[in-house]
Amino acid sequence: MSKQVTLTIDGKQITVPDGTLVADAAKLAGIDIPVFCHHPKLEPVGMCRMCLVEIGRPMFDRATGQIVMENGQPKIQFMPKLETACTNPVSEGMVVLTQTAKAKEGQKGTVEFLLTSHPLDCPICDKGGECPLQNLTMEHGPGKSRFIYDEKLHLDKQVPLGELIWLDRERCIQCARCIRFQDEIAGEAVLGFDERGRNTQIVSLSDPGFDSVFSGNTTDICPVGALTTADFRFGARPWELKAQASICTQCPVGCNTTLNTRREAKAGGDIVIKRVMPRQNEEVNEIWLCDKGRFAHHYVGSKKRLARPQIRKDEKLARASWDAATKLAAENFSASKKDFVILASGRLANEDLFNLKSLADHAGGRAILYSDMGGGDLTALVGVGAGTNLGKLGEGDAILVVASDLYEEAPIWYLRVKQAADRGAALIVANPRETKLDKFAKFSIRYSYGDEVKAVNDFGKKSKISDEFAKAKNAIVFFGSEGLGLNGTSAVASACADLLKETGHIGRASNGLIGVWQRANDQGAWEVGLQPEEDLAKALKGKAVYIVGTDPVGDDPKLAKALEGAEFVAVQDILETATTEIADVVLPAQAFSEREGTFTSGERRVQRFYAAVPPTGDSKPDFVITSMIAKQMNIVLEGTSVSVVFDILANSIEAFTDLSYAKLAEVRPQWPIVGRGDVYYGGTTYENKHGLGVQLVPAAQVGGTVRIPKVKKEAVLRPKEKELLAVPVNKLYDRGVTVSPAELLDERVGEATVSLHPEAAERLGVEAGARVKISFDGVSGEAVVKIDDTISAGVALVPRSMGIAIKEPVAAKVK
Amino acid sequence: MKGKSFLWQNKRLMAHILFRHRDIPDINKLDVYKKNGGFAALKNAVTKMKPAEVTDVVKNSGLRGRGGAGFPTGMKWSFMDSKSWPHYVLANADESEPGTFKDREIMENNPFQFLEGVALASYAVGANLAYVYLRGEFWQVAAFLDEKLAEMEDAGYLGENLFGTDYSLKIHTHLGAGAYICGEETALMESLEGKRGQPRVRPPFPPSVGLYGKPTVINNVETLTNVPLILANGADWYKSMGTADSAGVKIFSLSGRVRKPGNYELPFGTTFRQLIYENGGGVQDGRPVKAIMPAGASSSLIVVDDKTLDTPMDYAFVRTLGADLGSASVIVIDDTVSIDWVINKTIHFFKHESCGKCTPCREGNYWMRHLTERIHSGNGYSTDVDLLLNVAKQMQGKCLCALGEFSTMAVVTGIERFPQDFKKAVKA
Repeated sequence: MSKQVTLTIDGKQITVPDGTLVADAAKLAGIDIPVFCHHPKLEPVGMCRMCLVEIGRPMFDRATGQIVMENGQPKIQFMPKLETACTNPVSEGMVVLTQTAKAKEGQKGTVEFLLTSHPLDCPICDKGGECPLQNLTMEHGPGKSRFIYDEKLHLDKQVPLGELIWLDRERCIQCARCIRFQDEIAGEAVLGFDERGRNTQIVSLSDPGFDSVFSGNTTDICPVGALTTADFRFGARPWELKAQASICTQCPVGCNTTLNTRREAKAGGDIVIKRVMPRQNEEVNEIWLCDKGRFAHHYVGSKKRLARPQIRKDEKLARASWDAATKLAAENFSASKKDFVILASGRLANEDLFNLKSLADHAGGRAILYSDMGGGDLTALVGVGAGTNLGKLGEGDAILVVASDLYEEAPIWYLRVKQAADRGAALIVANPRETKLDKFAKFSIRYSYGDEVKAVNDFGKKSKISDEFAKAKNAIVFFGSEGLGLNGTSAVASACADLLKETGHIGRASNGLIGVWQRANDQGAWEVGLQPEEDLAKALKGKAVYIVGTDPVGDDPKLAKALEGAEFVAVQDILETATTEIADVVLPAQAFSEREGTFTSGERRVQRFYAAVPPTGDSKPDFVITSMIAKQMNIVLEGTSVSVVFDILANSIEAFTDLSYAKLAEVRPQWPIVGRGDVYYGGTTYENKHGLGVQLVPAAQVGGTVRIPKVKKEAVLRPKEKELLAVPVNKLYDRGVTVSPAELLDERVGEATVSLHPEAAERLGVEAGARVKISFDGVSGEAVVKIDDTISAGVALVPRSMGIAIKEPVAAKVK
Repeated sequence: MKGKSFLWQNKRLMAHILFRHRDIPDINKLDVYKKNGGFAALKNAVTKMKPAEVTDVVKNSGLRGRGGAGFPTGMKWSFMDSKSWPHYVLANADESEPGTFKDREIMENNPFQFLEGVALASYAVGANLAYVYLRGEFWQVAAFLDEKLAEMEDAGYLGENLFGTDYSLKIHTHLGAGAYICGEETALMESLEGKRGQPRVRPPFPPSVGLYGKPTVINNVETLTNVPLILANGADWYKSMGTADSAGVKIFSLSGRVRKPGNYELPFGTTFRQLIYENGGGVQDGRPVKAIMPAGASSSLIVVDDKTLDTPMDYAFVRTLGADLGSASVIVIDDTVSIDWVINKTIHFFKHESCGKCTPCREGNYWMRHLTERIHSGNGYSTDVDLLLNVAKQMQGKCLCALGEFSTMAVVTGIERFPQDFKKAVKA
């Protein structure tokens, strides 16, 4: 434990770790020193001069080195000037006065200065109601302006920094929190100051503007209404909003969120989601959220939401009752016996997946996870130990990222891994091409697509890099699906698990394997026993298929063809998709925002989400629909209460044994202290009152011998002459059904691309921006050429979910 | 050399110490400089003295920083953190204070003595790399210094293994981009690092965390130019000049309503009267001196009477007049000038040069500019003068760096010491 220091703030004695800043120490003591530029997650700069206080330190006798005593107390020497609480670290015996006339005068003066150039347009400002400047003006500011209104500096009020974030230059108080967030936290210095003095302006330095997937966070920590999101701008007043705790469903990080909702005339009187805000969980997302999580929520309010059950009659889908729809599905499932197949995705909650698996088990069918990524059995075995916190990794620890572009696949993990590297953890990035994380890596390993397993196995050999990894106090391996399909990821996961076992990095907190899954709850699906299938088309053909939360027809022409030949297709989803169009029965499910349940994150943290808006039409939660079908098949599955399903799940799955639904909702005090009453300190991020979740204990942590199953990797594909090896890569903003309804993100989604090495492009006679046709294995599509000189000349990178159905490396022709 | 080339009589300087080009033609040529004792101090220090001994000589000489703060130079050098390496030496040649124009004359005319000073400072603190940071407008000076640095390198006074020892030194010049704030030591470092020129929070101070986060000594051009002769002639020689508080000589940049404005190298303790009337040839049209700004635009305004004129100029005595000597840029104001005009000028400057980092300086100067403009143009009310004084005082003691603090000096002292000029300027 670090050295502790005792000091007195406004007569209150408090003991805090050495190095704590006075402003933070006061916060711990329950005393709010007003701040604007200071943010507990950022380096101190002392710019805004709001936190001026009187600071005294014990006087030392120069001759003896002893503290000078006066009336039995140490004599305190105060500095002649006020000091900034945000830049001064605490020291033993320090006395801080925040409420004296002198301190108050300083604080009041700063507010008055800030207001001289402020437009005071609170009545039309989005920040009004949760604005630090507004709050601190009420508390510390002068009641009357001595500055002549006509002399106010007028500046542009509608400046798009990018298409997502708008700047109001008049409201900006030049605290640089946004610039510093991008520099220090995100590691992308895309914002800066231009001009100087009173003309100092925030500008975007990137093309396209504000080119960062973390841009929304700057609006949370902006202490005024200068930065607003294109999504929420002029959308509602903060005090009209209701808040409900939720979990982001866009990636496996499992960011804790708050959904802000409002009843709205524009939505026909419905209650709708107005914005998604981060909710503090220091072990998951801290107080941050990526822009996909923040802005992609629009699909839950999409016009394409399914509202009523439908049954195919005379080639057309027609409205039906729940009873008739579930009965039809049940009859067909029962009739097909062993030819009953459930295809479900990791978009579903644990309880949904558990009921689906139970149904398959009882009915004698099979439940398949819709995913082209393997290794979930291994993350259950040697996954990160309970108590893992990326935020605590640093000097002496190691993180290996294999076959994953974390920035695109799980932005908050990118952020947390980057910061662990900043704190001194040895970051090793192994990927065939350069990714954004390489900039922060101690070691970058480049291998050829297809050589993933070899790259990991080479760690077994002696080298500087493998030594560093082996000797690390703690080590975590992230594996992803860059350039890999199901077999490839399974093989890589196995190699990574071996490496962790060999180097003793399993069975402990902050050690183990993490899968960078393609969906939020893929890990949960593996935990309840669903697994992906190598030849999915074969597995579906001629079967009675129950498709839940996924769109195989839209994704892949091969699967579309397989389903044409299926006996019966029931589709349960929240949105109309290409798959619902071919269905015999369509069952409308509730979105995550309309119900409650739990997800299991990639770090195997089980977390609860809550209902924020009323359900769409007659839709029902997935686990309920499944239990209704089960009932018609004379199978009893819990279908009333999600908490009961969870408790049954916890009783039947070993890893969940010690969990209860209530336990997931427990909270503990977190640092920094954030909260709605004190928005000026941490920003508008929400305090966590609804659960920090519980991390599952991996088998390796329970004890016993750990056996890693060997996975034989298929031979590396060698494309013929005039062919390229097309490999799948992952893109944050893709055309997935949970992204595309957010029109705001259109620009970032862009067109389907194919990345080529300059040599390959030259051979094909194409330049960057050229439109080409790419075809392989019965699939073909158009794409725009991008040039990447960090890849090899024999490959073509094709992003997943961008209209070209690529699941694994494949030989392709590009024209 | 000692006792020979420098003749002293009644504290009157007979030969220059810093402006030696005024006595020795072509001293900006390497052979001439060498012939006049150049680089002997450097060679002697590097080959025969320990770095700490060099620092001790400078400490004992009583040399204080000439950039404005007057901090003891040797003491600054001795603060360098010996646990953190490398060390850097920076020469602050950002000379931007209105009324200050001494460093330019040194660099243009006596460059080798200055650069030898940089080299000695570097040796004293164990720096193998030093930078001369010049304001952007000094691009010609920088080009000239580059030539001189190349000559020094060719002659073996810079580069690897100086004088056959294992000590090596490189000196580079670097141009700013036109910001007054970059004369502030931490803003200068930010600018040198390629960042926006804005001051850093202090502490930590440069001798522990400076350029690129490493211990750094930063000294003014004039300060460093003193060093070779101090090393050559000894601490006692230097201390024999000037006053008890402020040893040695100082270049006074004289400007304003005097007949002969210019740079005058004089020992500390010279009186204002002597500078203005003997060196400066008196006030234009023979008018009386009304006010003096001894430290450029950053200065407090001194009310001038006989007692003031007879005050010896050193760091301590000037303080008794309610001002700081600063960089000794003495601006003389006569009775034709109204003080409301003066502060309108200074605030115009500070409003333009405030870097914008901290609130009181950024907003305060913008506000004060509106007030001084209104008052000076005759559109102000008497309450505006009180408000101006109040705003200036509200800034004092709250700014991140000295710029904001200095911007208020002329305003507060102007209004408090020359109230009649403001009564005239405003409507009732």
